[in-house]
Amino acid sequence: MNRRFFFRILLYSFLVGAALFYLMPIYVLLVTGFKSFAEVSLARMWHLPSSLHLDNFIAAFRVLAPNLLNSLYIAIIGSILASFLGSMNGYVLSKWKFRGSNLVFGLILFGMFIPYQSILIPLVRFMQSVSLFGGIPGLILAHVVFGIPITTLIFRNYYAGIPTAMVESAHIDGAGVLRIYWHVMLPLAIPGFVVTLIWQFTSLWNDFLFAVALTTPRSWPVTVALQNLAGSHVVEWNVQMAGALLAALPTLLVYIFLGRFFLRGLMAGSLKG
Amino acid sequence: MLRNKERLLTLLLISPSVLAIAVFVYGFIGWTARVSVSRWRGLLPDYTFVGLANFARIFGSHRFQINMWNITVFTVLFIAGCLLLGLLLAILLDQRPRREGIFRSIYLFPMAISFIVTGVVWRWLLNPATVIDRLTGLNLLFHEAGLGFLVNVWHMHPRFGMAAIALAGVWQMSGFTMALYLAGMRSIPEPLLEAARVDGADKVQIYRRIIIPLLRPITLSAVVILGHISLKLFDLVMAISAEGGKGFSVDVPAMNMWFTTFRAMRFGQGAALAMFLLLLVSVLAVPYLIYSIRKEAQL
Repeated sequence: MNRRFFFRILLYSFLVGAALFYLMPIYVLLVTGFKSFAEVSLARMWHLPSSLHLDNFIAAFRVLAPNLLNSLYIAIIGSILASFLGSMNGYVLSKWKFRGSNLVFGLILFGMFIPYQSILIPLVRFMQSVSLFGGIPGLILAHVVFGIPITTLIFRNYYAGIPTAMVESAHIDGAGVLRIYWHVMLPLAIPGFVVTLIWQFTSLWNDFLFAVALTTPRSWPVTVALQNLAGSHVVEWNVQMAGALLAALPTLLVYIFLGRFFLRGLMAGSLKG
Repeated sequence: MLRNKERLLTLLLISPSVLAIAVFVYGFIGWTARVSVSRWRGLLPDYTFVGLANFARIFGSHRFQINMWNITVFTVLFIAGCLLLGLLLAILLDQRPRREGIFRSIYLFPMAISFIVTGVVWRWLLNPATVIDRLTGLNLLFHEAGLGFLVNVWHMHPRFGMAAIALAGVWQMSGFTMALYLAGMRSIPEPLLEAARVDGADKVQIYRRIIIPLLRPITLSAVVILGHISLKLFDLVMAISAEGGKGFSVDVPAMNMWFTTFRAMRFGQGAALAMFLLLLVSVLAVPYLIYSIRKEAQL
């Protein structure tokens, strides 16, 4: 009994210790964010604020507000479009397989693994040539295309769980391919949509590489703006930290309230259905 | 079976995506390959064929050699750290402690945040100042806790600066391996473990002999996923130190590609670096993709 008790104590101290490690950066963000300008100093970085001030957040929000809005716009539209395309692909590639459909699936999936550096120069040139360079629509287009592999994967795995017999009997009853998609599969796929929407929203919100390559300052999403803020010596580090917290907030909220679905997207991303 | 018209319809449904992937992935890779053997420098494209000159130039450069060392240090520490910490946390959570869900959420939440955001924090946590009255971040914490010997220059270290970046990387991604391992442990059939217990196996033996060997496919997936993230590493280093540390101490191939292409305007060399990165990632990802799809097709 004593031994068991000892192990439990050990278990909880490890768990709490690990939790402190993971929360440490958030702690620093929070205590720095809530300090007044007068109270901020590098030497007192770990100290709690004497009282809660919003100076830093207000200063950071004033700079980042347009970029937060850009991010929201990009992430919402981009994830809806990619999810929709993914759901159509997943439907065909799981329920109406054709000769070579697995190869097509594999070729699509490869797009998820490539380092985007290997398509970046053509992507920039292409966007310039169709006059989409610099603005938000071009960035959304890139996100939608490169979102297709993961959304296709998630939906294909999701539809694979729906009995094929159901599709076949609907087909025998005279429903066409499109009707089955629209009236049978889509209603059943709502949870799949929740997973892909959340996953895409998070990835698009957090993207940096495409944004920094394809947009000009007016259209910067928050990641690029924050990076720019952090690189400047004019903006104080406490404001940078408050800005970082603002930039993290939307995806953190999604994670806190819809974490279950986030986890499913994560698992799907590892090719385990 | 589908009639021809309907077959055509299904192909029509996937055609926008297939077309987009064909152009944006495969077409663009081909285009990059073409740039990588061109003379293109400066704003205007110049597709004069120069053979493998760009590759020779890149591979021979001092910066590239540092890149390779850096990415190796990072990959080894990052993957090892994520696997070990993830496995440890999964085993601990598998003991079903109270508030398991809260612990799990805390370990996993960094996954939801961008490398840019966490980079801003880590940049200050990893502040390289080592002079007593200028200490801050982790160095300050070590100093105040009486662990002064741990105070160090982090990513400014000339040879192992990448270890500091790996620390931030492990912080961010170890929850992912934890989640994978925990899901794997929970899917092992209970009768199997029960039988082992009846045969007199203790907890340690059950983990060592049964559970951990059964988790091997998960480790494979995790290594491929973490490995490709690691080879592509860009955002995190850019956020912690856009200058690449001190004397390229944390400069990585993806950053080299970025600065070579879009700052120095050496498009040919940038494309050569990009093709090299693609090759590295493909060596890892292609066999894995083929293996996964084949295995699935057998089911």
